[in-house]
Amino acid sequence: MQFERKDILDIESLSAEEITFILDTADRMKEISKRPVKKVPTLRGKTVVLFFYEPSTRTRSSFEIAAKRLSADSLSISSSSSSILKGETLADTARNLEAMNPDVIIIRHYSAGAPHMLARLLKTSIINAGDGMHEHPTQALLDLMTVREKKGSIRDLRIAIIGDISHSRVARSDILGFTKMGADVVVGGPLTMIPAGIESLGASVAVNSDDAVHGADVIIMLRIQKERQQSFLYPSDREYSKVFGLNPERLKKAKKDVLIMHPGPINRGVEISSEIADGPYSIILEQVTNGVSVRMALLFLVAGGVRNVDTD
Amino acid sequence: MLTLIKGGRVVDPGNLDGIMDILIDDDRIIEVVPSGKSGKSGSGLLKRRTPDRIIDASGMIVAPGLIDMHVHLREPGQEYKETIETGTLAAACGGFTAVCAMPNTMPVNDNRQITEYILKRSREAGNAKVYPVAAISKDLEGTSLCEYGDLKEAGAIALSDDGNPVSNSRMMRRAMEYARGFGLPIISHCEVKELSAGGVMNEGAVATRMGLAGIPNAAESIMVMRDIALCELTGAHLHIAHVSTHESVNAIREAKRKGLPVTAETAPHYFILTDDAVSGYDTNAKMNPPLRSDFDRKAVREGLADGTIDVIASDHAPHSSIEKDIEFDFAANGIVGLETSVSLSLKLVEDRVIGVPALIEKMSKNPARILGIEKNIKIGSIADITIIDPEAVYTVDSGGFRSLGRNTPFNGWKMKGKVVLTMVGGKTVFENILRH
Repeated sequence: MQFERKDILDIESLSAEEITFILDTADRMKEISKRPVKKVPTLRGKTVVLFFYEPSTRTRSSFEIAAKRLSADSLSISSSSSSILKGETLADTARNLEAMNPDVIIIRHYSAGAPHMLARLLKTSIINAGDGMHEHPTQALLDLMTVREKKGSIRDLRIAIIGDISHSRVARSDILGFTKMGADVVVGGPLTMIPAGIESLGASVAVNSDDAVHGADVIIMLRIQKERQQSFLYPSDREYSKVFGLNPERLKKAKKDVLIMHPGPINRGVEISSEIADGPYSIILEQVTNGVSVRMALLFLVAGGVRNVDTD
Repeated sequence: MLTLIKGGRVVDPGNLDGIMDILIDDDRIIEVVPSGKSGKSGSGLLKRRTPDRIIDASGMIVAPGLIDMHVHLREPGQEYKETIETGTLAAACGGFTAVCAMPNTMPVNDNRQITEYILKRSREAGNAKVYPVAAISKDLEGTSLCEYGDLKEAGAIALSDDGNPVSNSRMMRRAMEYARGFGLPIISHCEVKELSAGGVMNEGAVATRMGLAGIPNAAESIMVMRDIALCELTGAHLHIAHVSTHESVNAIREAKRKGLPVTAETAPHYFILTDDAVSGYDTNAKMNPPLRSDFDRKAVREGLADGTIDVIASDHAPHSSIEKDIEFDFAANGIVGLETSVSLSLKLVEDRVIGVPALIEKMSKNPARILGIEKNIKIGSIADITIIDPEAVYTVDSGGFRSLGRNTPFNGWKMKGKVVLTMVGGKTVFENILRH
């Protein structure tokens, strides 16, 4: 197939066929990172701007490494303060960036829909590196890649996602991605963290963590944010860990060959016990490795693929 | 000056509904007779005098002047969003002979000087009339009462902290008691801030899919129920602003059944749109209260049909692109409504929710009754008249609005039914008769 997208904004807008194509491309990219000289000239002369309105270590370094391995020039801009406080709007900042002719802008923003706004305004390709509570499409793609690599196929797997679904863009992208690829997704966590109408994304809701984990092929644990206690979402880490955390006892309810995933950073002893995070079922670090491959694939597809050769 | 409005369907609910001629001498209606008879029977005025102007209203609806009782004119303080002049011109174009100006200006209309300033500026503009609504509490802070006696004397017609709820129940109780002594209705913006905090749209599947924080229906309905309880306690006239949820409609219906002095309004967007309109992060679909579910939209329509909701008011809230062309989370709440309200409300007639007379009641007679003013088409009345062509078809072009605000989710919509003439005190303040 031909990949015709200018932007990668969310999993919602991608078809199963496009997702498969991205994963296939990522699989081929993976080999580059294993070479002694980890660099190909594919995106030589292309400029990639990383535009991060939120702190990030993993995603940002992953994108940056991906760009460098494809020989693109990358530039990283971060802004911890809101565009409103700075006095320049996001649109103005982005127009200024575009005036310098970058090929791709990778944006992380604390506000849902910010990448979509840029995609409408700019001719430059936009990749969403996480927007508010909305989506984190590259995380879902690397999760899909990792599961497909381990299980051969995603179809008919039972995927459990446990934690603060309400505030999680990873949960939204994973629910959409895994269901599009034919898996069954069940979400679990305190009911204060299960948003209204989550079923409309394709997930079912488990009443408790044991039910969520029951028969799971893959368990994705989400980071619990301690400041949520102030919004009355959960009473204490102690109770959270006991009732909703993943420990060896609870893990027995899952399939024997279960995979444990986590988008990081992990809170050891809260949502996941150390035995499990470091144990044989954990593929948390493989997720990180595949993150580079997925991001190389996306940069290649939006900046180096057929689309840019065409006179569009 | 003698004006004859000829051959229109004159709809003055509770008084008239028929093909009539209206004769206007300067600012007053001097004759209302079945069409074609004005020359022969009646007062026979036309035998002696030829009208200076004849307006052919055949096929049109001729209504007592419409009132939009929920409008933000932004002056003083935010004249880049709207001025009293542009806002009242937009009102005239939208068929409104009068508007109520909400007090959340800068400074707030919580004292005589601001009320008088608003009235002075509206007289100078000479478009639609303006009835200032003064604040319930000083600076809209919900902590101390304004001087209702002085404000009423200056020309305030009602009281509201619109934009903010009065969160303190004791303060609201006293405000209602005190206002009752002056015969001023309390217009309540119902919102429990602790429940709406952080929310930017309706809570539900759409918000969840878009990753936006939601505002539950209960944020509105809890305060509607509280205010109804306070209305029962105090006997004050309570008017619930911009009803958006089915729970609120049910609570108001029940309060009316009990005979409490409660009235209510909704805005066209709550009976036309649902929270689906937010898809694509359209900040022109962001307002407070937020667009709700289809179930709520249906309940609002039922409330309009059975009389639970007395009034259609636009909650005209002009903003500039500075407040709207930004991230959805930070965009200002509100949309302009004056120039689309009548056409959108006519969809209720097209959808057989209410008939034309009920529509005129909700856009003219009921707001007038609530505000304690008169809007009639009868001999001796001030000639405040709106003429609507129910068959005219057009496309909304926000670029052509007289309002400075362009923030509407209805740009590009095909509409049927259009205001063609607005007359305030016998003076035509807007005219756009397309036919012939």
